[in-house]
Amino acid sequence: MAPRTKLWCAAGLLLAIIYPLLFGGPVLVTRSNYAINIAFLILFAAFLGQAWNIAGGFAGQTSFGHVVFFGTGAYVSTILHVTHGWNPWLAWPVAIAAGGLVGALIGVLSFRAGLRGSYFALITLAFAEVFRILANSIPQTRGGLGMLIKADQRPENFQFRDPLWFYYLALALCVVGLLVAWWLTRSRFGARLAAIRDNEDAAKALGIDVFREKVRVLALSGAMCAAGGTVYAQKYLFIDPSIAFGVDKSVEMLLVAMIGGAGTIFGPLIGAGVLHLVGELTRDLGNVIPGIKNAQPLALIVYGLILVAIVGYLPNGLTSLFRRRR
Amino acid sequence: MLEVRDLAKTFGGLKAIDGASLDVAEGSIVGLIGPNGAGKTTLFATIAGFHKPDGGRVRFQGQDITGLPPHLLCERGMVRTFQITQPFARLSVIENVMVGAYLRTADRAEAEARAADVARRVGLGDRLQAPAGDLTVAGRKRLELARALATTPKLLLLDEVMAGLNPTEITAIVDIVRAIRDSGVTILLIEHVMQAVMSLAEHVYVLNDGRIIADGAPQAIATLPNVVEAYLGRGAAARMGGAHA
Repeated sequence: MAPRTKLWCAAGLLLAIIYPLLFGGPVLVTRSNYAINIAFLILFAAFLGQAWNIAGGFAGQTSFGHVVFFGTGAYVSTILHVTHGWNPWLAWPVAIAAGGLVGALIGVLSFRAGLRGSYFALITLAFAEVFRILANSIPQTRGGLGMLIKADQRPENFQFRDPLWFYYLALALCVVGLLVAWWLTRSRFGARLAAIRDNEDAAKALGIDVFREKVRVLALSGAMCAAGGTVYAQKYLFIDPSIAFGVDKSVEMLLVAMIGGAGTIFGPLIGAGVLHLVGELTRDLGNVIPGIKNAQPLALIVYGLILVAIVGYLPNGLTSLFRRRR
Repeated sequence: MLEVRDLAKTFGGLKAIDGASLDVAEGSIVGLIGPNGAGKTTLFATIAGFHKPDGGRVRFQGQDITGLPPHLLCERGMVRTFQITQPFARLSVIENVMVGAYLRTADRAEAEARAADVARRVGLGDRLQAPAGDLTVAGRKRLELARALATTPKLLLLDEVMAGLNPTEITAIVDIVRAIRDSGVTILLIEHVMQAVMSLAEHVYVLNDGRIIADGAPQAIATLPNVVEAYLGRGAAARMGGAHA
């Protein structure tokens, strides 16, 4: 890594750490939970986007159903906690392992069948829908009613009275995600994934067990998403099938990574920042301009325009703006 | 080193390989020639594990390797290149070659050193940081060679590494291939460029319609009537003989 990049990373991390102090307390008189929450959402989306990016960007295994891992994590920890009385901190690693297992399982099934490209994307979408319908119908998940986690705001209970702590948790996850992505740019595993992404046949010819590596990366990506699922459940204390397995979360993960730059380390972070800022700005715009009553469609229109512009003019995402041209 | 016996591969009703047999002795350069559509690349792909054969055996270093997947064959020391070059287009030249080098080491620095060394051997030393997608045809052919070499093979299957190159480039590649053989790597090559086959190969097999129709020393092969006919059509040998007489 170039010394300048290192400096930027350190500065960014420092800023992220002191951010709540600037907006959330000692410095400004009024404490702004809004500022903390929006930052949480950005970091959380960046982490999930990074999880998608590990498989979809670095390994080129584009998925439309990554929410299946997120939902698995959310439901596994919540069922263990609510139904079986586990401490959520203990349930978290189990949820992460479950996400990895589901990733490996989906990988084995779809890659054994030789599904690639858009076929793989579609099968992941189908898996996510199967899980959603399953969660809607079986008693263990309480069906469509969803699962409520009893509010008991103690840190040992994975619940925090102060949103600050969820912000720091999301920041930690985001840093872990960045480190994993950075490791992929430096390691044999990452080199093999890039080879598979660019040309599977050539990768095979050079001694890469393409099937095994693809299953591995999907397990890794699934475990990361599941980690996010548990955090979501613990923050909002409620999940139901459409929150945990809804297609919109899959799309968000994919958008965040693609807008920022799929297969790059900082792409998902930049994508998440842009997407959420646009969301907030259009909401404000909706409040200001009298003719617009509902900001939601406006945000979607702007998202759509951004995506069209990115795909058309910056197929490698916003990060390619920062890279010097050769 | 390599023994292929009665290998067969059928696609639907088409017998692409119809009982082909050949031998490659350790340390030699063996050529495989034949007209377009003869099944040369299919034979290569079947030997290298990309197609499951419908019949016949392949032995490599005395062991039966029939039907093993490509990555296991590569681990054992048999690697192929592609006629239509298949670069990892978004990676740089050195990163491409490192993918091959990573087969024998997990260490990044070691893989990088080995890759740089191999890249220099094939004449890509000054293009290490260039994106593979930006290389010329000649550069891509060299890259195919470098990636394969980086896996430290014992047997190299080269599929038309000279097609589409100009005479100067061909001479350069011929020298590189010979140097690779001299470093102890056995080579089986498919080639259309006869000048190259004649100067490189000690033994040549001629494939037509999925069958080996002749084999022998390159100079002897070129005058066999059935080989000439395979390229130019029935009766061509007689007509050519008549013209000379």
